[in-house]
Amino acid sequence: MANKVATREAYGKALLVLGAENPNVVVLDADLSKSTKTADFAKKYPERFFNMGIAEANLLGTAAGLAAAGKIPFASTFAIFAVGRAFEQIRNSIAYPKLNVKIAATHSGITVGEDGGSHQAIEDVAIMRAVPNMVVLVPADGEETRQVVLAAAQYKGPVYIRMGRLDVPLLFGEEYRFEIGKANVLKEGTDVAIMANGVMVSMALEAAAELADQGVSVSVVNVASVKPLDEETIVRIAKTTKAVVTAEEHNIIGGLGSAVAELLGEKQPTPIVRVGLKDTFGESGRPLELLEKYGLTKAELVKAVHEVLAKKQR
Amino acid sequence: MTTIELKRVANVIRQDIISMLVTAKSGHPGGSLSAADIVATLFFNEMRINPKDPRWADRDRFVLSKGHAAPVLYSALAEKGYFPKEELQGLRQTGHMLQGHPDMRKTPGVDMSTGSLGQGLSAANGMALAGKLDGKDYRVFALLGDGEMAEGQIWEAAMAAAHYKLDNVTAVLDFNGLQIDGATDSVMCSAPLTEKWRAFCWHVIEVDGHDIDALLAAFAEAKTVKGRPTIIIAKTVKGKGVSFMEDQAGWHGNAPSVEQGEQALKELREEATNLG
Repeated sequence: MANKVATREAYGKALLVLGAENPNVVVLDADLSKSTKTADFAKKYPERFFNMGIAEANLLGTAAGLAAAGKIPFASTFAIFAVGRAFEQIRNSIAYPKLNVKIAATHSGITVGEDGGSHQAIEDVAIMRAVPNMVVLVPADGEETRQVVLAAAQYKGPVYIRMGRLDVPLLFGEEYRFEIGKANVLKEGTDVAIMANGVMVSMALEAAAELADQGVSVSVVNVASVKPLDEETIVRIAKTTKAVVTAEEHNIIGGLGSAVAELLGEKQPTPIVRVGLKDTFGESGRPLELLEKYGLTKAELVKAVHEVLAKKQR
Repeated sequence: MTTIELKRVANVIRQDIISMLVTAKSGHPGGSLSAADIVATLFFNEMRINPKDPRWADRDRFVLSKGHAAPVLYSALAEKGYFPKEELQGLRQTGHMLQGHPDMRKTPGVDMSTGSLGQGLSAANGMALAGKLDGKDYRVFALLGDGEMAEGQIWEAAMAAAHYKLDNVTAVLDFNGLQIDGATDSVMCSAPLTEKWRAFCWHVIEVDGHDIDALLAAFAEAKTVKGRPTIIIAKTVKGKGVSFMEDQAGWHGNAPSVEQGEQALKELREEATNLG
C-alpha cells in the first residue's frame, strides 16, 4: 500500500507554512484543535491562534470580523458543526459580504467512523455549494490538501475546504498542480469517465485499473474544485466518453454528482450514474467497514461503470 | 461637538428617518428613533473616523448588530458626508445602495453587513482582535438591541470578548424594552441584564440613552476601562421623538403613511425650533 496521510494532517502542516509566510494568517478553532490539527499552529504562533471554545456561531462570526479588518482567518471545526451549526453565520456574516474567511472543515463524511451518524457531515458540500460567493474545495490526498490550503490563502474571498479524518493514500507528488476552478484529468480513456473527489479518487484510479483489465478504457477526473466547477474539462471529457460516473463521500443529493449532472444536462447531455450515499445517514463503525456498507468502494465503482455503459448502448 | 449641537444632529437624524421610511413605505422606525441620540453621539463626537476615507485602516469601527435600525445609521453617514443626502430617498428600493439592512459592500461607511440578529458582536470582536494583533489603537463599537439578547450567539461573543480582554470593544445596548411581538419582558425575559453582563465579566455602565451628557460621560468612561470590554446599557424609549410612536411595539416594523409622516416631522421641527 502507498503511504497514507489524512487530509487534516496535511492541513495542519500547510498552516505552519502559511504561518511563516504570511503574518496576516490567523487560525480559529472550537475546542477541537488536536483533531482538526490546528494545534501545531497554535503552539508555534500562539498570538495568532484563537480558541473560541465550543461555540461555532461565534467562531465563524469572529472570523468574519477578523477578515473585515484585513486578516486571513482559517476557522476550523468538524464539518457538521461548521456548516450545520453555523450555517447562517457563514451565509450572512461571511458569504454575503464576501469576506476573506477560510472555513477549513475536517471530519467530513462517513469515514469519521466510530463517532457515528450525528458527527458525519454528508450534506455539507450541497449546502456550501448553494451559497453565492462560496468556493468549495474537496482535496483527495495530502499533497492536494497542501496546495488547496495555499491556494485558498491566495484567493480573496470565502472558501470552504472539506477534509477527512481517515488516513488516505498519497496520490500526487509535488509536480501535481491544483488550481481553483480546474479539474485534473488523472487518466485519459475513451469508454467512460469517473469524476470523483476526496477519498473516492484513489478508488476511482483502482477501479480504472481493474476495468482496463476487462478491456474498458476509463478516464479519471479529480474534481477537487466543486465550485467553481471546471465546465470546460468536464464537458470535453463527457463529449469523448459519452458516459460518466460520479463518486463522492457525500449524499448523492446536491454534491459533486449533482454539480456534474446539472452541467452536463444543460451543455452535454450524457448518461450518468452517481455513486455516493443514497440519501441516508451514516452510523458508527470502522471507516473502511462503513465505506463498504454504504457502497463507497472500488467494486461499487466498477459496477456503476457497467451500469452506465449499458445506458450508453441503449 | 457641544451637547446642544449633538441634540440638533439627533433631531436631524430623526427627521431623516421619518422621511426615508415614508418614501420607502417600509422599514423600522421604532428602533431607529430610539437609537438616534446614541448614534449621533458616536458618529459626531466619539468615533475617530474620516468620511473621505471610509476604509481608513486606523478608523474606529461601528457594527450595527440590530441591523433593522439601518435608517439611523444611513442618516448619520449621510449627515457626516459619506454619501449624498439624496441617497436616503433610495432606501429599500431596487438598484439603490441603501439596503433594508446594512451592506458593507454597497454603502460607504458601513463596516459590517448585519441584520440577522445576534451576529454583530462576534464580528466586532474579530475586528478588535485584529486591531490588537496589529498594534493599532482603533476602537470597535457595536450597537445591540434588547430583543437580540435572546440570541445565544450574543452570549458566546460576550464570553469571548471578556476571555480575550477586548477593552477596545464598547457595546451599546439600545434598551427600549419592546420587540415585534410586544414587551421584551413578556416575549422572552432577559432580565436582569446588568447582572448578566457583569457576570460575563464586562464593565457595565447604565445611562439614559436620550441624555447626551450622560452618553458622553459613559463613552469617556468606557475609554478608560482596561483589561475588559464595556457595555453601555442605554435605557431608551422606542419611537423616541414622535409622540404617537413612543413606547408602541406596533411601530417596530411599520412605516408611517404620508400623513403620519407629516405629523411626525411637524413634531420634530418644533423640537428643532426649541433647540434653537
